[in-house]
Amino acid sequence: MISAILILSALAVAFGLLLGYASVRYKVESDPMVDKIDALLPQTQCGQCSFPGCRPYAEAIANGEADINQCPPGGETTIIALADLLGRDPKPLNPENGVEEDVRTVAVIDEQVCIGCTLCIQACPVDAILGAAKQMHTVIASECTGCDLCVPPCPVDCIDMVPVETGIEDWKWSFPDSTVNAGLSTLAPHARTVADGEREDDETPQRKAG
Amino acid sequence: MTEYALILVSTVLVNNFVLVKFLGLCPFMGVSRKLETATGMALATTFVLTLSSIASYLVNEYLLAPLGLEYLRTITFILVIAVVVQFTEMVVHKTSPLLYQVLGIFLPLITTNCAVLGVALLNVQQRHGFLESAVYGFGAAVGFSMVLILFAAMRERINVADVPEPFRGAAIALITAGLMSLAFMGFSGLVT
Repeated sequence: MISAILILSALAVAFGLLLGYASVRYKVESDPMVDKIDALLPQTQCGQCSFPGCRPYAEAIANGEADINQCPPGGETTIIALADLLGRDPKPLNPENGVEEDVRTVAVIDEQVCIGCTLCIQACPVDAILGAAKQMHTVIASECTGCDLCVPPCPVDCIDMVPVETGIEDWKWSFPDSTVNAGLSTLAPHARTVADGEREDDETPQRKAG
Repeated sequence: MTEYALILVSTVLVNNFVLVKFLGLCPFMGVSRKLETATGMALATTFVLTLSSIASYLVNEYLLAPLGLEYLRTITFILVIAVVVQFTEMVVHKTSPLLYQVLGIFLPLITTNCAVLGVALLNVQQRHGFLESAVYGFGAAVGFSMVLILFAAMRERINVADVPEPFRGAAIALITAGLMSLAFMGFSGLVT
């Protein structure tokens, strides 16, 4: 019993040392710039920048293949932070990649108008719409992520995106934005006004990614 | 010498690990979509299988057997395999970034390739010596690589073929694998 524990521990330690040595001996130098850019991206891995994830986008920025304004989830905050890091001018978000949403919304179906076609149910990625063919549909507000995907398929335009008010139950601490503010102190006045705007926006609920 | 040649023929053709023993089916189905990735996976697996076969033999013979701890075999072998795979990943990452990019997620997946653990355990079961273990592991790896590359080549052809709708995708791949397995049964009469 004791010998079994000892042997397994000894093996584990020996292998650990071997791997530790190998990780130093075969260390691969990754571009430090890519790491820094990657740290500023929101890591939603949503692919809206047309790259398969945040890290590939960071690599593309570092190689000069992509611009800094292609990240809708990061929005203006990320663009300013990237511009500061790379010494470029901040620019507005590229509309081809999507739009930044400041306010969390939820879909609401006008039940008088709904014809029960089920098209929005098929479009909903989180199954937040309840209903059946030729029956009135409704949205489960707590499940809805406000992604807007159900709006275009509706043939009678009965779905509205309504902003959600923050109440006592769903209020959360906002994410710390110390990195952004630290980077802003040396920035142009334009950027600082944007940052002030960001700080006011912190009172509104955090967007959900995706 | 004939003994080693026999082991090689046996593991590559007669007792092929994928098509006769049905071990390592996960990478066989998962990485066989493209010939390029299949070749990379085959190379990595060959390296890991041979190395882990030798390493687990050494651990079993000189550590577990003298201390009477044979019942720790499975867990120890898993540890050895995980270390060998991790080590291979680091070396490949350093020496061949291109191969590393091709293999991507599949290199760590070799850890859970049951053919690797299967070879290590079968070595013990069949009382193989050091060289026999190495040849057995290498033979198993060559057999795995050959079948994987053949299968990937076939799947590339199937992709452009006019397959009836219900058979498309995984269905036709499984049927193809089944037919390959049937064909490999023919080798069972090779050595008598």
